Amino acid sequence: MNHDPFSWGRPRNEVYGQYNHQIANATINNDADSGNLTNFPKMNTQQPIITGTSVVSLKFKDGIIMAADNLGSYGSLLRFTNMERLLRVGKETIVGISGDISDMQQLERLLEELETTEEVYDNDGGHNLRAPHVHEYLSKVLYNRRSKMNPLWNALVVGGFNDDGTPFLKYVDLLGVTYGSSAISTGFGSHLAVPLLRQLVPKDPDYENVTEEQARDAILNCMRVLFYRDARSLDKFSLVTIKKGEELKFEKNLKCDNQSWKFAQDIRGYGSAQL
Amino acid sequence: MFRNNYDNDSVTYSPTGRLFQVEYALEAIKQGSAAVGLVSKNHVVLAALKRNAEELGSYQKKIIKVDDHMGVALAGLAPDGRVLSNYLRKQAMSSKMIFNRPLLTSKAVLSIADKAQENTQSYGSRPYGVGLLVSGYDETGAHLYEFQPSGSVLEYYGAAIGARSQAARTYLERNLESVRETESVDELIVHGLNALRDTLSQDVELTFKNTSVSVVGKDTSFTIYDDEDVQQYLDKLDSVSNARNRDDDDNDEGNNDTHGETNETASNDVPSEDRMETDE
Repeated sequence: MNHDPFSWGRPRNEVYGQYNHQIANATINNDADSGNLTNFPKMNTQQPIITGTSVVSLKFKDGIIMAADNLGSYGSLLRFTNMERLLRVGKETIVGISGDISDMQQLERLLEELETTEEVYDNDGGHNLRAPHVHEYLSKVLYNRRSKMNPLWNALVVGGFNDDGTPFLKYVDLLGVTYGSSAISTGFGSHLAVPLLRQLVPKDPDYENVTEEQARDAILNCMRVLFYRDARSLDKFSLVTIKKGEELKFEKNLKCDNQSWKFAQDIRGYGSAQL
Repeated sequence: MFRNNYDNDSVTYSPTGRLFQVEYALEAIKQGSAAVGLVSKNHVVLAALKRNAEELGSYQKKIIKVDDHMGVALAGLAPDGRVLSNYLRKQAMSSKMIFNRPLLTSKAVLSIADKAQENTQSYGSRPYGVGLLVSGYDETGAHLYEFQPSGSVLEYYGAAIGARSQAARTYLERNLESVRETESVDELIVHGLNALRDTLSQDVELTFKNTSVSVVGKDTSFTIYDDEDVQQYLDKLDSVSNARNRDDDDNDEGNNDTHGETNETASNDVPSEDRMETDE
């Protein structure tokens, strides 16, 4: 078998003679064309293009808090600085999305359609779409797509309330993997933010002891740390607070404040003393 | 044939704006044996009279479970009832699968209403010949809906469909207060059986063979009581035969002479009506 990525899985030419590219509708006619991707058979997304970085979120006593910065990166180029990655679904559900931005926009459309069909049509009231339902729906969509080998390249966090009014926070990603937790972050945040958030909620039930102020401070702190350390992050971000019995609070254009850079002037060189 | 030219298909209006095929479909429900539904604060009960084609035959199932929180009773063409209840099951399953929540009763019944409505405005199809009483308990409470093949859906506290169902409706109207108030499921079932009993023709009585009861409600998943299981409720009745001495059976069938058919068939042969093939 040939292990060249451009003719992987095919019989080797030097052993079996020239490969017949009409087999299995493979459209590459000769190796000279292999540099041109349009000649290839159907290919699905292999990697994200414009990307959003971490979403950080935390349960507190009577609600959910979630934040994500406003950046859409094009590789290492910080290309778009006004992306909104927190989506509101219905009155009390928020979906934070990281990963590919075009796939995020597709999900945005799906959620909008979901809201119109489920919340508006044939709704006699009292049976609203809540966070667990949105999460279940999204996990079905994402698992279905990955099973077709054509994933939506995202990691999502869904926050809101359960049917019984307790806070709900759950994750789902491009593989259809889901889990629930009192502190969830995606991407870089799962390395940097979760350890900080876990100081507030060492165990999952501990979220009941966390006040909104504590939660907010912790999330702001996480956003600052992520801005320090994540090369694909921005200091401008959005923050959503959902509290039981209150209107969902959506804050935009927040800044990472109180950054400490003063120490930098004292750092010189990489080892031996410099002037 | 001599009556009019406007009843050949379901897409033709009569000059008075009626769809005769749809109205004939409603007649098919009246030929079916009766089904009764009633709602208290937290429970919905369905009670239905089953018929057998002949002495040696089995009794046609009248109550169908859709999901743990929903079920239907039917009157009319049983195959159509099966098609519709299968569709409801699919809807209920996909709601569970996609959103992880039980299907709302009102949404369920509207979904089959839309399905039925399509058959009233497309050529080559016929309206469903079945009426359903849809019972369900969901997060908006206990609900009972009547579904008609015309596509219309109405919510009721008490409803009855099928042959001689007017008698059951009369019973429910008279006892509405106590039906609404009752906390006890057994009491509600007894009310349902009393109403069903009023639909019986003279020589028939409620037995565990021909009676079917279902309950759904708060902390009660949809349960059907058939055969031996229904005897416990029949034992609670003061009488299992129709109390009223009826020789005017069909006067209480209401306005089914809307365009002059079918009444004769019913009045000629009362005993055999309960062994009709319509329900097969």
